[in-house]
Amino acid sequence: MYQYDQYDHLIIRERIEQYRDQVQRRLNDELTEAEFLPLRLQNGLYMQRHAYMLRIAVPYGLLSSKQMRMFAHIARKYDRGYGHFTTRQNIQFNWIKLEETPEILSDLASVEMHAIQTSGNCIRNVTSDEFAGVAADEIIDPRPYAEVLRQWSTFHPEFIALPRKFKVAINGAVEDRAAIAVHDIGLTVVKNEAGEIGFKVMVGGGMGRTPILGSVIREFLPREHLLTYTEAIMRVYNLHGRRDNKYKARIKILLKALGVEEFARQVEAEWEDLKGTEQTLTLEEMERIIAYFQPHGYKALPSYDAAAAHADKPFHNWLKRNVKPHKQPGYAAVVLSLKKTGVPPGDATAEQMEYMADLADRYSFGELRVTHEQNIVLADVEQSQLYALWLEIKSHGLATPNIGLLTDIICCPGGDFCSLANAKSIPIAQAIAERFDHIDFLHDIGDFELNISGCINACGHHHVGNIGVLGVDKDGSEWYQVSIGGAQGNNSAIGKIIGPSFSAQQMPEVIDRLLQVYVRERTPEERFVDTAQRLGIAPFKEFVYATPIETAGRLVGEDEYA
Amino acid sequence: MPKQIIKGREIVANDWTLLRAPEAAEGTSAEDAATAAETLTVPAGRVIVPLATWLAQRDALASRAANREIGVWIAPHEDPVALREDLPRLALVAVDFPKFTDGRGYSHAWNLRSRLGWTGELRAIGDVLRDQLFSMQRVGFDAYDTRPDRSIEDALKGLTVFSETYQASVDQRVPLFRRHARPTPAAGA
Repeated sequence: MYQYDQYDHLIIRERIEQYRDQVQRRLNDELTEAEFLPLRLQNGLYMQRHAYMLRIAVPYGLLSSKQMRMFAHIARKYDRGYGHFTTRQNIQFNWIKLEETPEILSDLASVEMHAIQTSGNCIRNVTSDEFAGVAADEIIDPRPYAEVLRQWSTFHPEFIALPRKFKVAINGAVEDRAAIAVHDIGLTVVKNEAGEIGFKVMVGGGMGRTPILGSVIREFLPREHLLTYTEAIMRVYNLHGRRDNKYKARIKILLKALGVEEFARQVEAEWEDLKGTEQTLTLEEMERIIAYFQPHGYKALPSYDAAAAHADKPFHNWLKRNVKPHKQPGYAAVVLSLKKTGVPPGDATAEQMEYMADLADRYSFGELRVTHEQNIVLADVEQSQLYALWLEIKSHGLATPNIGLLTDIICCPGGDFCSLANAKSIPIAQAIAERFDHIDFLHDIGDFELNISGCINACGHHHVGNIGVLGVDKDGSEWYQVSIGGAQGNNSAIGKIIGPSFSAQQMPEVIDRLLQVYVRERTPEERFVDTAQRLGIAPFKEFVYATPIETAGRLVGEDEYA
Repeated sequence: MPKQIIKGREIVANDWTLLRAPEAAEGTSAEDAATAAETLTVPAGRVIVPLATWLAQRDALASRAANREIGVWIAPHEDPVALREDLPRLALVAVDFPKFTDGRGYSHAWNLRSRLGWTGELRAIGDVLRDQLFSMQRVGFDAYDTRPDRSIEDALKGLTVFSETYQASVDQRVPLFRRHARPTPAAGA
């Protein structure tokens, strides 16, 4: 993985001093809260319901065991002993004191980490495929280019006060695991007919109030132009993105207003005299960065069939769901589930963090990855070690065999923590997980994405959930709107709302009824999302609303089912 | 005490008057506001006028411009390209930041320096605060009319926050990776 050099260290050190001074001036009232707000946001510090939340960048989701141990240290020393891994592959701590944030940043800097641009109206941490570098279906490892973008975007002087936040994702595999279609810029590393490496550039995807899938504005951008072309996109957006309404300020709105062709034309015109300038990447620089992402020193191993070696059904379930193919014969990638029933999705305790760091050292070259589904990956495990690993992690609550299943729920922190939320999301996730806490049933239902957001900002990616749940506020009480048929990846789709919203208590039954329709209607091998997209919402809607959903002996809900 | 600004990295007396159209009443259309700016009376002395005032009155202001008495300021929604032909006649160009959270002015500065060839004084006006000065300097500003309710001495510190930067901009056309031989990973890393 990438390692800081003297320049990275210098910039981070100077940043901490700048931020320490800003905090001091805020505490002295030399800065108003309005002036301090964008400064702290660009350092990942949000004011939440009960305390400050600090979001720490995990560049493209990749971290070392040493860095994971630092998270455990921060959880213990500055928080309440746990942290929350996010859908943007970062980690956030929810009980932070403003006065302590400069010290936290110093601690982070000692392991080459920071919280720069994890929030605010700037270019955010670049996200990528959690299996980058090891995925069997990978064409080009996207991480070096994500790192190039990280450095370029860090404190970019021109793009620090954009109309709105700006998210970039990059994928280099056949299957898109980086959800590039719902990012402001979604890049796919590709090769052209001549075998040269470049990018397919997609712009203007996003979730939030106006969910839109991105549009391709360039089929092939030679890789050396990555930064100048991105600069062109950013300048068009900075100058012309709407600033009169924060809900219409994302680049997707500008792109829709101009039309894809006109937007692309403006970007190309902006790029014309940037192309070839000094910011153009040199082959030497690209190779220097790529050198940090070379394959580990793998052993020459035969392929090993762990399933055949251990006739143990729970182990087979785990192999089926939590173990992913690897480029290198004899190796596999393992997903540690942070979705154990009864635990908020994505949460990990300090003990678990330390334990996962130890696992990384013992099984996986000391590296871990955070997934945008809020789990943790050990990317380089020997297949012959899988059984031993499974036996170990079972006792630490990390072996729930539910990756990609109904209970592998993507969920934002919601109304329990977030001041933006209209409704709680974690209790909904927990109630659903409890209702369907039956592994054979989950495996029968198969591939499933259930995504829950506590508000329209869509941090829980509800628009692209096969079932999406959105918390809404009506007259001061919490309700949940349900959509079906959304998908992420190569066949991304925005889900469709099935009808009037439900109370929290009704939600497990709503999910149950949707599943009943699926089980009744599915063809062999059809996943829930396929059935939902094939049939549309009608049969689901009809069944879900056919009879009242009773809760505790009385009708709960805004609708009388008249 | 006369009003001061930061020029380069020094605190100096401000010998320019900034001319703004009177605050428009709520609901005033953009056209009405532009008309108001076009008909503004430009006082004597060295004056920074709104772009609309300059475009409407540039013939009348020609002799004063020749005396290096006229500067023009640009609002976030305006395009400095409108000044392309006139730049040689101007003694100063300013870019307004009505709110420091509106970052269009950074791109205006970049365009003025990089595309329009402006080499004279480029002044940031409006909600200009210490914590934004470093970025302003990078995109080509060399003068800062900082907000009068804040210490200008403190603001000066904002110009020297970082001693290295990753990316190219107006102040440094060569990105870090071309300026320094950066290390490659140690073997086995």
